[in-house]
This record gives sequence, C-alpha cells and structure tokens, in this order.
Amino acid sequence: MSAMLSACNVSKSYGSYQALKNVSLEIGGGEFVSIVGPNGAGKTTLVNVLTGLAAPSQGTVHFMGNSIAGVGPVKLAAMGMARSFQLVNIFPEVSVWETIAVAVSSRLRRASNPLRTLTKDPQIEDEVQHIAGTLGLHHKLFERAGSLSQGEKKLLDIASAFALRPKAILLDEPTSGVSSGDKYGIMELLVKAARSEGVSAIIQVEHDMTLVARYSHRVIALQEGRVIGDMSPDVFFKDSLMLEAVIGPVHSSQKKNEGEHQPC
Amino acid sequence: MSAVFDVISPRIRPRPKPRLLNGVIPFVVLLAGLAIAPLMLTPYSTVMLMPALAFGIALLGMNLLFGYTGLLSFGNAMFLAVGAYVAAAATQAGVLHFELILIAAASLGGLFALAIGALCVRFTHIFFGMLTLAFGMLLHSFLFKFYNLTGGDQGMRVLRPMLLGQDWDMTATQFLSGPFYYYCLIVYVLLGLLTWRIVSSPLGLQLRAIRDNESKARYLGVRVYRLRLFAFVVSGVFGAIAGAMLGVSTGLADPELAYWPQSGNLIFMMILGGAGTFVGPGVGALIFVLLHEVLVSSTAYWRFMLGATLVFLVLVLPEGLIGTISNHLQRRVRGDAQ
Repeated sequence: MSAMLSACNVSKSYGSYQALKNVSLEIGGGEFVSIVGPNGAGKTTLVNVLTGLAAPSQGTVHFMGNSIAGVGPVKLAAMGMARSFQLVNIFPEVSVWETIAVAVSSRLRRASNPLRTLTKDPQIEDEVQHIAGTLGLHHKLFERAGSLSQGEKKLLDIASAFALRPKAILLDEPTSGVSSGDKYGIMELLVKAARSEGVSAIIQVEHDMTLVARYSHRVIALQEGRVIGDMSPDVFFKDSLMLEAVIGPVHSSQKKNEGEHQPC
Repeated sequence: MSAVFDVISPRIRPRPKPRLLNGVIPFVVLLAGLAIAPLMLTPYSTVMLMPALAFGIALLGMNLLFGYTGLLSFGNAMFLAVGAYVAAAATQAGVLHFELILIAAASLGGLFALAIGALCVRFTHIFFGMLTLAFGMLLHSFLFKFYNLTGGDQGMRVLRPMLLGQDWDMTATQFLSGPFYYYCLIVYVLLGLLTWRIVSSPLGLQLRAIRDNESKARYLGVRVYRLRLFAFVVSGVFGAIAGAMLGVSTGLADPELAYWPQSGNLIFMMILGGAGTFVGPGVGALIFVLLHEVLVSSTAYWRFMLGATLVFLVLVLPEGLIGTISNHLQRRVRGDAQ
C-alpha cells in the first residue's frame, strides 16, 4: 500500500502540554479510516496537523508525497485535501447553491475575473447541481444555508468539501449533533458520494462506535496523544482493553499497546 | 457529469434570486431620482445635493468592504482627502481635464489603499478598524502640519476643471448644478454598474463567504487575504474619485476631509441606508445629506439630532432603512405564499 497521507513521529505541544506524542501513521488510497479515542486524546489536534492547519512541533506530515506541515487550508485544498468540521461550519447568509458555488469557483479559479457573472457560468452551474444532487440537497438549492435543519447543514458542509473534488477528505465527527435517525442517512450519502466523486481516502474522527464498526476499514485509537492501536474494526471490537481505553475509564494497563504500530 | 444529475432528479435551473430591494433595480430607481431632481429643484438646492453623489460613490466601495466582505473601516475618509488634494494639486498645476484628474485620483487612491491595506487586511474586527483609523489620522496630521505642501488648516484651492475638454463659461452655481452634477451622476452610474458586476461575480460570492465564515472560506480554497485587499483597494479608488468630486464642488481640499468624524459620517450613511444591500448606502448618503441640510439650517443642535438619529437606527432599524423594508417585504411575500 503506497501511503497517500502519512505522519512520521509527529509530536505537537502547546506550551508545556503535549497534545500529540510521537504519532506515526499511514493512510492509503481507498481506505476509510476512523480515528477514535476519549476526550482529550488528541484527535482534533491530529486532524489539525494532518490538514496542515497546525505545524507539528516535531516530525513530518506528507500528503501525496509533499510535505504539508503547516501549509494552511488554502494550499491544502489546491493539493486535493478537504475537511469538514465537528461543529456546523457553513455560510449562514448565503444559499445552498452559493455555498457549493464558493468551493467550485475557488477550485476553478473563477475569482481572478471580477467581471465574470456567477450565474452565467455553465461549468459552475453544472457542478453545483451535480454535487447537490449527489448529496440530496437539490430540493434546497435556493434556501438560505442558515435556515436548514442540523442534518442538512452537515450535508451542506460535506457537499462543499466534495465540491473541491478532493482526493482525501477528513471529517471531524460528521454526524455530531444530528439525530440518530439521520446519522445513517448522512453516512450512506457520504460514502456513496465519495465513491462517485472519486474521493480516494476518507478519514473521520468519530465517537459513535456503531458508525465506526459499520463503515471503517481501519481504526486508529488514540489515548493521551499516543497511538495505542491501528487495526481492522473486527480486531478492534474484539479487544476489550482497547475498547475500554476508547469509550470507558482509562487504566494504565491499556498502555501496553503503545508504539505497537510504527510505520516509519 | 450533468447527465448523472439528470437521472437523479429533474433538471431545474432556477437562478438564485437576490433579496427584495437588494438587486440592481432599486439602484437604478435611485439614480433616476437623482437624474430628475435638478429639473425640480433650484440650482442652489441641486448643488446642496452634490455631496450625495460623491458620498454615494465612496459608499459603493465601503459597502463592498463592509457589507460584502465584513471589514468595517474607521478611516476611509482618508481616501476622500487623497482625491480632493489630487484635484487641488492638479488644477493648480494647470491640469484641468477632469478625466485626467479622476484617473490620477483613482490611481493614487488605489496605490495608497494597496500600501495601507497590505498591513490592515491582515487583521479583522476592531483591530482592522483601529488600524484604518490610525492611518486616517496620520494622513490628517500630515495634511494639517505640512503647511508649505498642503496649505495646513487652510487647505488647497481646487480650481474649476474642464469637463470633456470643454471650459464651461457660466457661474459656479450653474456649473455645479448643471454639467458637473450630470458628469458626476454618469460616473456614479458607471461605477455602480461596475460594482454590481463585481458583487454578482464568483469573486463577489467569495467576498460574502469571507464575511460569513472566514475559516470555512479558507478550507474551500478562498484566498482570503488577496480578496480582502482587493475590496480595500476598490474602496480606496472609489473614495478618491469621490474626494476629487467633493473638492471641485466645494472648491477646497481641506484636511477635515481626512478627519475621523468624516469616516464616522460615511459609516453613519452606510448603516442608515443598510449595509450589505446594494442600494442602501446610496439611499443613506442621500438621506444624510438632506437631513444634514435641514438640521443645520433649523437648529444649532444638529449634531445632537444626528447622534440621536444614529442611536434610533441602531436600536430600532439595525439593518438600515432598505434592509428593514426588504425584510418586511420578504416576510409578507412568504406569508402570502404560505
């Protein structure tokens, strides 16, 4: 497996607090990887480092063979990586159509001509309609994003990320704050859209173990900033100590798996 | 790709509609009103209306910066001063073609905005506001203190320019209320249409995305710094063009043009009309100029009255006149539809 995204011996400190400790991982094309761990395990910090938002204090991060340490979101989007957020992250005052059009127009570099008419651009129109259709938002195209339901806002957040036509997408709790009934609908649309849009790798941070079990090819478990496990869901859900470390109280005995996976 | 979507759902292609009163038509109505006003007013009253055109042009740029991009500048009056002093220096140096004066003012205003904006737009919210205020006050101090160069508190005289290569042989009031008024109105129309094209473009959409959620915009690949700088430079160019017009209409380039209360007046007009609506700031400029004239001629406490108006607006009509009317109409349309 050639790694699409890799982190090698990554540590990240905020003052005296070490959020990530010597984390190494590799994610290849075609994988759906879930990053799990209790609160404060360093999941969001890891995603921030993997998406170039935060530069690691030590170690290297590569995407498609290029170092992305601290490159920032704009360059990362151009390189083919998109991200969605745990909290709803939309443009509340613009419509669904316009939200997706922001991503399409930025990918097509349409902002370089301030006299081009947005609604007369057939390529933008086609792509917006296509993405909205793929994620089930075509009936809401001209509604204000701020007026959508929580689940629709999540879908819009994901749709705008897909509109970048990324090779990899990082999802920070894609179904948080959504009713349990809507969760599976969102995940099904997400996975289907990823397949149809050519998104090669999906990396998600997730607390819901049912979703982790149902969709993941691999599970990476974090605890206190370290990778304590990197395995298939079958193995993960059979490992009671690992499960307890992720969803239950933390015991020192669970650290036995530390450093087990060192791909570099 | 579109074929795939055709299968998924019927191909409906409604265009995104601007909110009521937020399109270009209300702006055309405003311009038509300004065009016929001189036919119904005395020449003196028409001259009193002149600043509404100049402020309207400056506010097209400020609205792009605040209403569409979310950056509130407390120092944009500095560009009015740049334009007025360019007009004064040019006419005193014998360059009387107003077209050349406008090009020079726009260029210098743009360069000035580019230099200042390169620093200012790295910041947002109050920090951006304070920086622009500081640069405005620096320019005011420069204009005020460098007497030999700028005339200090006396300012510099702006001579009557030639319009379209013609030297208009008429009184000052006839010139300002006639050819100059319509010349400025045509410039207002052209710059208004240019601004409309900008806000209707993908770039305009990305400006609104930055205003709504900067972090999200970055993750969608929007070049936030570059676009903010663009909006700031446009506000500088338009401000300087407006300043050259103000200089000609008053015959003076005055350091007070760069003083912070003038920036406050611009913000007042923008909020009065409704920032973020296309026509709102232009309406705000017109109402402000009329209100100012009425209050100044009727009471010594006109500043107090203007302040009270601002308090009323912020508390009762936070979206400005056009914004509030637009929302009201929107609700009624929705109500009827339901």
